[in-house]
Amino acid sequence: MAQMTMVQAINNAFKTELQNDEDVLIFGEDVGVNGGVFRVTEGLQKEFGEDRVFDTPLAESGIGGLALGLSTQGFRPVMEIQFLGFVFEVFDEVAGQIARTRFRAGGSKAAPITIRTPFGGGVHTPELHADNLEGILAQSPGLRVVIPSNPYDAKGLLISAIRSNDPVVYLEHMKLYRSFREEVPEEEYTVELDKASVKQEGNDITLIAYGAMVQESLKAAEELEKDGYSVEVIDLRSVQPIDIDTLVASVEKTGRAVVVQEAQRQAGVGATVAAELSERAILSLEAPIARVAAADTVYPFTQAENVWLPNKNDIVEQAKATLEF
Amino acid sequence: MALKLKAQFDAEKVLQDTQSQFEMVQVLDMDGNVVNEDLVPDLSDDELVELMSRMVWTRILDQRSISLNRQGRLGFYAPTAGQEASQLASQFALEQEDFILPGYRDVPQLIWHGLPLTEAFLFSRGHFKGNHMPEGVNALSPQIIIGAQYVQTAGVALGIKKRGKKAVAITYTGDGGSSQGDFYEGINFASAYKAPAIFVIQNNNYAISTPRSKQTAAATLAQKGVAVGIPSIQVDGMDALAVYQATKEARERAINGEGPSLIETMTYRYGPHTMAGDDPTKYRTSDEDSEWEKKDPLVRFRKYLENKGLWSEDKENEVIETAKSEIKAAIKEADNTPKQKVTDLMDIMYEDMPQHLAEQYEIYKEKESK
Repeated sequence: MAQMTMVQAINNAFKTELQNDEDVLIFGEDVGVNGGVFRVTEGLQKEFGEDRVFDTPLAESGIGGLALGLSTQGFRPVMEIQFLGFVFEVFDEVAGQIARTRFRAGGSKAAPITIRTPFGGGVHTPELHADNLEGILAQSPGLRVVIPSNPYDAKGLLISAIRSNDPVVYLEHMKLYRSFREEVPEEEYTVELDKASVKQEGNDITLIAYGAMVQESLKAAEELEKDGYSVEVIDLRSVQPIDIDTLVASVEKTGRAVVVQEAQRQAGVGATVAAELSERAILSLEAPIARVAAADTVYPFTQAENVWLPNKNDIVEQAKATLEF
Repeated sequence: MALKLKAQFDAEKVLQDTQSQFEMVQVLDMDGNVVNEDLVPDLSDDELVELMSRMVWTRILDQRSISLNRQGRLGFYAPTAGQEASQLASQFALEQEDFILPGYRDVPQLIWHGLPLTEAFLFSRGHFKGNHMPEGVNALSPQIIIGAQYVQTAGVALGIKKRGKKAVAITYTGDGGSSQGDFYEGINFASAYKAPAIFVIQNNNYAISTPRSKQTAAATLAQKGVAVGIPSIQVDGMDALAVYQATKEARERAINGEGPSLIETMTYRYGPHTMAGDDPTKYRTSDEDSEWEKKDPLVRFRKYLENKGLWSEDKENEVIETAKSEIKAAIKEADNTPKQKVTDLMDIMYEDMPQHLAEQYEIYKEKESK
């Protein structure tokens, strides 16, 4: 075991998979000799060679096409989009092509592709770097969309994503890259896709979150507990598909739920979670399912992030309103 | 204002110099005469006859497909008549291990690469079995998103190169498609990786109703290869021998590790854009149509082979009869293909079916059992 940041855990997962499977290829803008703009692929080209870890021209759609084409030759591509805001350039390849490969081929072809990309606010990035666009990806049949919130999950989920014969979008929140360390095994292990994680158990209310909002929800829970409430916090980990069974079981126990996302209210996957719970657990609910989300504006100018991004206080406030409904 | 850079930057001269490098290459003229002896491909008599047979067969396939579409026995169909040399002579230059990434009009290349005709008809109708490539047929099904096949070709070609295979990836788009970003990205990626790819632009002068002149002010589409530093050529796309030779040479260069090439074939579609209501009389004149009919790839290749004593009316009729009976049998087989169920569509989404889909699967299975 070693203390790792999320960046180190991801890098460690790559080493495992590059060693395990010679068909794994990592490519994108500046991921080679430079080691990635966030050092996520640091040292990999040196260790595994330019044939396995290589740079591409600056063109996201070309990168997506490269991944799909390489997969037809039996490779297991891991492509990087430098920032999720640039996904619009490659949306056809991601949602129009890679996601549909197996279906379009009548089940006769696979697209074992992992699409990695950083996103998320709170680190003062320029325009279209931090946008939370998981919602539009989650609405594309054929994809899985994974968002780890801690180093341990980041490694295990990435290994699972790379090994999956179905395409997986793997979103890395920039604020979580180096914000804390935790124990991560050096050896290989997997964290199952499609499964949520109960971060802490409680009986009065369920906070359902993903990405950077998991930490905010845990902080909010701490505060709510001071007021005597017992709070259950669930990390979705996978925003497509959503692990409904885990959520329903929790809400049947607590009777109250708040869904927390960094994305704008009209975006993200909060509405889907709320709809599923309404359909499946309405008779257990003591209060309406509430959502904590950002305002429905374009992602803010850097200096307005602190007033725009949802945080612990917003969660506490909403949770109290739901508890006192 | 005086133009101070006139000597180095003579706009007219720059454009003319570029254009002059891409003059159309031809081997056979309209009457089937060899106009460039040096470029005649090294094809045996049997191969020449086989190529002609495929072109005739495919012309019949086009005629029958249009008629079957009108009867409602086929769905989506993009006519191919006029493009036989461009489509089939390029495919004829390939080997079985080569990988084809076709556009939506490029079904004939797939058929001659090994896609059963029944499946081609199922593709037209909209049945998932139509996209099921048999084992050993190296191809993707026809691409509807114009340009996507180009970026994917760069990936297939890089994969071939990494595997050390002596093969190429070939793809096709139209004149309109050369305006897409993916067109440029595809040829540029293949160029940067020196990947074994052949990019074909079938310039049939129209993207639906939009003439080639409205796509770009570039004098040729072949010259777009200059932007990415790859060899490019414009050939007479109604001339089977010119298309064959250009493709053959691009393939040689590619498998020798010299990188991709771009081929612009000057061709024409006699029919509408697709059978979905396009009416070419709105944007083309009958004079233009008849001008291109004189350039028919079948007419000139037929004359060429007849002059060599390799082709006859009897031979042609035999091919036509074979085509008709094969088409009839394939349509019948397509008719007998079981109808699609929602559970079938769910089955082909993922290898590992996620829980939400598994739940819906049970609901539809119940519905389908009633």
